[in-house]
Amino acid sequence: MATVTIRDLNKNYENGFHAVKDVNLEIRDKEFMVLVGPSGCGKTTTLRMVAGLEEITSGEILIGARVINDLPPMDRDIAMVFQNYALYPHKSVYQNMAFGLQMRKYPKHEIEKRVRDAAEILGIEPLLERKPRQLSGGQRQRVAVGRAIVRHPQVFLFDEPLSNLDAMLRVQMRVELKRLHERLETTAIYVTHDQVEAMTLGDRVVVMKDGWVQQVGEPLELYGKPANRFVAGFIGSPAMNFVSVTISESGGDLWADAEGLRLKLPPRLVDRMRAHAGKRTTLGVRPEALHPASGADPADCCFDTTVDVVEPLGNEILVNFRIGGAPMVARVDPAVRVKAHQGIRVALDPERIHFFDEKSEAAL
Amino acid sequence: MLIERKWKKWIYFYLPIAVFILFTLFPFYWMAVTALRPDHVLYRTWRQASATPFWTLEPTLEHFRGLLQTTSFPKWLWNTMLIAIVSTLISLVCGMFAGYALARLKFRGSEFLGTAIFITYLVPQTLLFIPLADIIRDLHLGNTPWALMLTYPTFLIPFCTWLLMGYFKTIPKELEECARIDGATRFGAMVRIIFPVAIPGILSAGIFAVTLSWNEFIYALIFMSSAELKTVPVGVVSELIRGDIFFWGQLMAGALLGSIPVALVYSFFVEYYVTGLTGSVKG
Repeated sequence: MATVTIRDLNKNYENGFHAVKDVNLEIRDKEFMVLVGPSGCGKTTTLRMVAGLEEITSGEILIGARVINDLPPMDRDIAMVFQNYALYPHKSVYQNMAFGLQMRKYPKHEIEKRVRDAAEILGIEPLLERKPRQLSGGQRQRVAVGRAIVRHPQVFLFDEPLSNLDAMLRVQMRVELKRLHERLETTAIYVTHDQVEAMTLGDRVVVMKDGWVQQVGEPLELYGKPANRFVAGFIGSPAMNFVSVTISESGGDLWADAEGLRLKLPPRLVDRMRAHAGKRTTLGVRPEALHPASGADPADCCFDTTVDVVEPLGNEILVNFRIGGAPMVARVDPAVRVKAHQGIRVALDPERIHFFDEKSEAAL
Repeated sequence: MLIERKWKKWIYFYLPIAVFILFTLFPFYWMAVTALRPDHVLYRTWRQASATPFWTLEPTLEHFRGLLQTTSFPKWLWNTMLIAIVSTLISLVCGMFAGYALARLKFRGSEFLGTAIFITYLVPQTLLFIPLADIIRDLHLGNTPWALMLTYPTFLIPFCTWLLMGYFKTIPKELEECARIDGATRFGAMVRIIFPVAIPGILSAGIFAVTLSWNEFIYALIFMSSAELKTVPVGVVSELIRGDIFFWGQLMAGALLGSIPVALVYSFFVEYYVTGLTGSVKG
């Protein structure tokens, strides 16, 4: 039962690198919070400060009501799963899992019971006597998780735990981690650079870049209402399409113009965008909001272009083309027949477009 | 195609390795043959028709018998072993802690300290023995085993520190961080996790240190004067070369017996030794 509160957290390294900048987060009890961002965005540093492995330059971290800034890692009541698993190579699986309990002087029968329980949950009972080098990647991963859960800590910390696994195993372990979290109901902080992992695992997701928190929210909120261009481009695969447009007003309507594109803004955006008339802004549209135009689509949200590359994925087709010099991708139904270099008329769902300020990149 | 490959393997692999093995093992063979040759064959000129310089037709153990009965060789062997083991243990303990500190702790001047330790290893013993002799005399340690047990670490500690520092750096930091989260202090994590994982490195540093002190000559020659207290390298040379007379048979028997313990140690720990030097730890 624990919340984790991070207040005005900063990390400056001795070489002057400012890795984490004014991070404020409130992680609720039993919540699965995912920190996601490109490498060097400060997510791992933030996690390591929570773990006590990295000194805090300024700010405060609280677990529950207790400030833990100056507590050594062992007194923080946390457990961490590392990217390279960090299993003790000279100890058996059982000893690896028991080590944390032995250090805390638990009675032998209690250790035995907890290790067996955790091994059962994770399906690693037959491996208990093996050494880490005799295990496959997925098994090591399970042992690393097992070592964390035997301690019944207040908070789990995960540092990119799935990135050393192959793609299929990663999907499988992702589901297992989610199931495990539902079963254990322990607060968890999970760091990853993979936005799919972040979206599928997180109750809420924190997107970071260059040490700053960009946005905190539930996965679908991040996807549907990105706070800025970075979040919009980072969350979702393929990424959101961006094209630079000029907003103009004619006949009471607002229009977004780019080379080869003239789009009428829907009424919900008119009031908000009127202030930007005559200015350049960035139009963002997700691949699934684009589709080959049919007669039902109004003419003022369609445009003509030439297909560049077609990527058939089976359940969908990705159609690449260019508008106003910007590359764009549309995610279309596999029944649609398109070929490379063929002319195509594309319709855009005006209810699902986003605008971003050209300079600040904030959502408008 | 296959035949050509076989032929190439002989030229590029087996032949060079055969030459290499011959080159390294010949001195040992020569030592053994000389030790087993009776004196009248040993000092006979090679030009004689019946000369067999590369083997002997009348093997004898008379040199070994002479060495063990007329000289203090068993005592020298004991001295050498005792001094090598004690100085190695001292050096390993110091080297483990110093190597860990230099590899893991970031403190002001840690890099300079690492380099400085390495430089002390480069100071030749032929220069260092002069001030050391002064210290040994002041402490009244001359002609006692302690003179060597305490001076050998002057070159063994820098050596062990550097070798172990390199090894500790190959051990993933996360192992230790994980142990600290699991409830160990930094010292506890070092002793319970890092040292056991570093056993191959520690063993190879130990083997090297034993060999270095086993073969050490200058300090042993200078700090030990009574025949009883000498080590094998010094004893064999000073007692078995009298003026311009070389007792070749006993010299070689002494050298052979003196190198057997080292060879045994190497052959037992060769696997650890190789992983120790290549530093391959998998998490």
